[in-house]
Amino acid sequence: MSTVSWITARGLFGRRRFLMLLPLPAVLVLLAVLCRSLGVDPGEWASPVLVGLGLAVVLPVVALIVGTGVLGAEIDDGTVVHILTKPLPRWQIVLPKLAVAAGVSAVTVAVPLYVAGVLADSVRLGLALAAASALGALAYSALFLALSLVTRRPVLLGLVYVLIWEGLLGNFVSGTRVLSIQQWVIALADRMAPTALLSTTVSVPVAVVLIALVSVGFTVLAIDRLRSFSVAGETS
Amino acid sequence: MTTLDTDARPAVTTSTLDLVGVSRWYGNVVAVNDVTMQLGSGVTGLLGPNGAGKTTLLHMMAGFLAPSRGTLTLDGESTWRNPGVYRQLGLVSEREAVHSFLTAKEFVLASAKLHRLPDPQAAARRAIELVEMTDAQDRRIGTYSKGMRQRTRVAAALVHDPQVLLLDEPFNGMDPRQRLHMMGLLHSLGDAGRTILFSSHILEEVEQVSGTVQVMVAGRLAASGDFRTIRRLMTNRPHVFAVRSTDDRALAVALMADASVTGVELDKTGLTVRAGDYGAFTRALPKIALARQIRVRQLTPEDESLESVFSYLVEA
Repeated sequence: MSTVSWITARGLFGRRRFLMLLPLPAVLVLLAVLCRSLGVDPGEWASPVLVGLGLAVVLPVVALIVGTGVLGAEIDDGTVVHILTKPLPRWQIVLPKLAVAAGVSAVTVAVPLYVAGVLADSVRLGLALAAASALGALAYSALFLALSLVTRRPVLLGLVYVLIWEGLLGNFVSGTRVLSIQQWVIALADRMAPTALLSTTVSVPVAVVLIALVSVGFTVLAIDRLRSFSVAGETS
Repeated sequence: MTTLDTDARPAVTTSTLDLVGVSRWYGNVVAVNDVTMQLGSGVTGLLGPNGAGKTTLLHMMAGFLAPSRGTLTLDGESTWRNPGVYRQLGLVSEREAVHSFLTAKEFVLASAKLHRLPDPQAAARRAIELVEMTDAQDRRIGTYSKGMRQRTRVAAALVHDPQVLLLDEPFNGMDPRQRLHMMGLLHSLGDAGRTILFSSHILEEVEQVSGTVQVMVAGRLAASGDFRTIRRLMTNRPHVFAVRSTDDRALAVALMADASVTGVELDKTGLTVRAGDYGAFTRALPKIALARQIRVRQLTPEDESLESVFSYLVEA
C-alpha cells in the first residue's frame, strides 16, 4: 500500500464520519432478511429494496461520503498541504485516493447487495449486483472526488446530482437516465443476471462506455485541478 | 539545544528565491503589489502588520498560489504547478492542521517516504530529534499541545533537509523555551547555508532571529535588508541618541553649534540628541567632546530598534 493510500485509509477510518457508512447497508440487509423470513414474494420487495434502496440510495450515498471524504476532508481541515508539499506528480496522489474511495465504497455496498440479491433471487443475481455496484462505486467515487476539487460544497452538489438528477428527474424525464450512474449499474447487473426485478432503458454498451468515460474523465479532471490547487489567500 | 549537524552532511549548495514584479489580487482587492526581492542563504524575517500580504506572498513562494502578475522562481524554476520544487523546499504553513490520528513518528516518517528518501527511518529520527520531540513521538498528534504540533510540523518540513524553508508565524503557540529552541534551530539552519524565510507580526521575534528583514505594508514591499541599515537610510527622520557625559550641559551647548545636530534635550539622566545625519554626528561627537575635554560615557542609538524602524515604515 502506498503512503498516500495508507494516510487516506487511516484518515477515513479514523473519522467519525465513517460510522455514517454502516447504518444504510445494515438496513438493506435487515429488510431483505425480514422480507425473506416473513415469506413475502420477492416480486413484491426485491425491486424496492435492491434498486430503490440499494442502488438508488445506499450506493451513491456511501460513495458520496467516502468519495468526498478522501480528499475533501483534507482540503477542509488543511492537512492536504502536507501531502501536496511533496515532489509527487499529482496523479500519484489522486489515483491512490480514488483507489481507497472506490475500494471502501465497493466493499461497503457490494457485500450487502450480494446478500440481498441472494435472498431475493439467486447467487447469480447477488454476484451481478455486487460486481455492477463495484463498477458504479468507481464511477461515483471519481465524480465525487473531482467535485471536492472543483467546489467548496462537494457534498451538496453530490446530493443534488443523486437526489435531483438521478432520483427525481430520472423518474419523470426518461432522457436523463442516459446520464445516470444508477441506471448504468442496473443495466450491467441486468446483463450479468437477467431478471424481471431489474429494468432500465439504457443499453449495456452505452452503460459500459459511459462508466469508463466518467471514471477516467473525472479522474483526469481531479488530477488537473490538484495541479493548480490554491490555498485560500488569507492574509495576516 | 539540538543543533544542526552540518559536518555529517554533504556540502550545501545555496538556493535562491527570486521574485520579480510579483502581484496577486482577488477581484478588486490587491493582496500583494509589485514585489521584487531575492532571498539567498541565511535567515530573513518577513515582517508586516496583519493584512499586509505576508501569507499570500508565502503561499506564492511555496507554489500554492499563482502570481497574478510577475515571475516567482526557485533556482530558475517556477514554483507554481511544479511539485519538483519540493525536493528543495519545505513549508510550515500558518494553519496548524496535522493528521491528528497519526503519531509524530508516523507523520514525519510518512513525509520522509513521500519524499522518497533513501533511508526514511533515519531521516525521520533525525528530524524528530532536531525539534526535540523524541520523547513524545509515539503519542497521537491529537493529544499534543499547540507548540508540540508546531514542532512536529517543522520536523516534517525539515525531514528531507530542504535548502529553502518557509515558515508562516512559526512561533505561534510555543512557550518561551520552545521559542528559544526554534530560534536557535533557525539560526543553525541559516548558518549552514539554508535559505530561511519566516513571517511574523511580532517584532521581538524577528529582531531576535534575524537582522535581515523584508517589510510588507499594505501589500507592498516597504523595505528590505538589515533593519539598522534601513533606519540609517531614512534621512528624513532625525536619529535619536542617548548621550551621557561628564558635563552634559556643556556638551549640549557645544552640540547645538554643530550642523549635524537638529535638537538636544537635557534632563536628569543625560542628553537626548537628535541628529539629521547619522554619520556626520557620530564623527563630530568625539571631536567636540575632546575639544572641550568632556568625557563621553555612553552613546546609544535610541531609535534603531526594529520596532522604531517598523513604526516609521508603517506610518510613512
